[in-house]
Amino acid sequence: MMKSLSYPLSVVDSQIDIQLKAEPLSVMDCYNFVVDEHCGGIDLFVGTVRRWNKGHEITKLEFESYAPMALSELKKIANHAKAHFEAKKISIHHRIGTVGITEIAVVIAVSCKHRSAAFDTCAYLIDTLKEKVPIWKKEYKVDGSYWVNARP
Amino acid sequence: MLISFTFVNMKILCFGLAAEIIGQREYIISDEQPSTVEALRGHLLEQFPQFREYHPFMLAVNQVYALAEQQLSSNDEIAIIPPVSGG
Repeated sequence: MMKSLSYPLSVVDSQIDIQLKAEPLSVMDCYNFVVDEHCGGIDLFVGTVRRWNKGHEITKLEFESYAPMALSELKKIANHAKAHFEAKKISIHHRIGTVGITEIAVVIAVSCKHRSAAFDTCAYLIDTLKEKVPIWKKEYKVDGSYWVNARP
Repeated sequence: MLISFTFVNMKILCFGLAAEIIGQREYIISDEQPSTVEALRGHLLEQFPQFREYHPFMLAVNQVYALAEQQLSSNDEIAIIPPVSGG
């Protein structure tokens, strides 16, 4: 995980802001990035770390990423969303490293002219992130740790 | 007369569960390097039978998800991408 920190951890232009961060995430940073005078709808998704998963108590999570590929996959997804859903601005911040219970793992903000496109874009972004972006979470429980979705 | 040649190892980046199975963050293949993505997958399944439980796992070449028939060279940046779980 320390190795991935030596890569650049962000891709930012005037309309897309993608960051992998080892520090706590700010919902307002993402919100502020997407504010736009052409947009009447901003949708935010905030993914947090819950204590209970399938009846087991979680003590913390650890996120690892293949940073350069994660950034390029996220950029592809954001560009697709801009073209397909007519989203104006998109901000995606994902935490890496150790994350405690109730802390924020991911923030997605999107601005569109109207609300319906904003809802659709936000759902598309988080669903596709979970499916395609090379980021892995390890769950720590009282009785051990394991990589999520990786158990046979 | 000095005959020199350079032999480049094939280096494969390992993340998450793949790093755990292989026991290191970079796996090096020096002899009999696989020429395609599918051949590399076969090599990994043979060397590390634990991968069978996660077959077919994805591989990336130069930071893009790779197709099975894709050709590999030792200059490529190759990575094993176990099932992702971000978000």
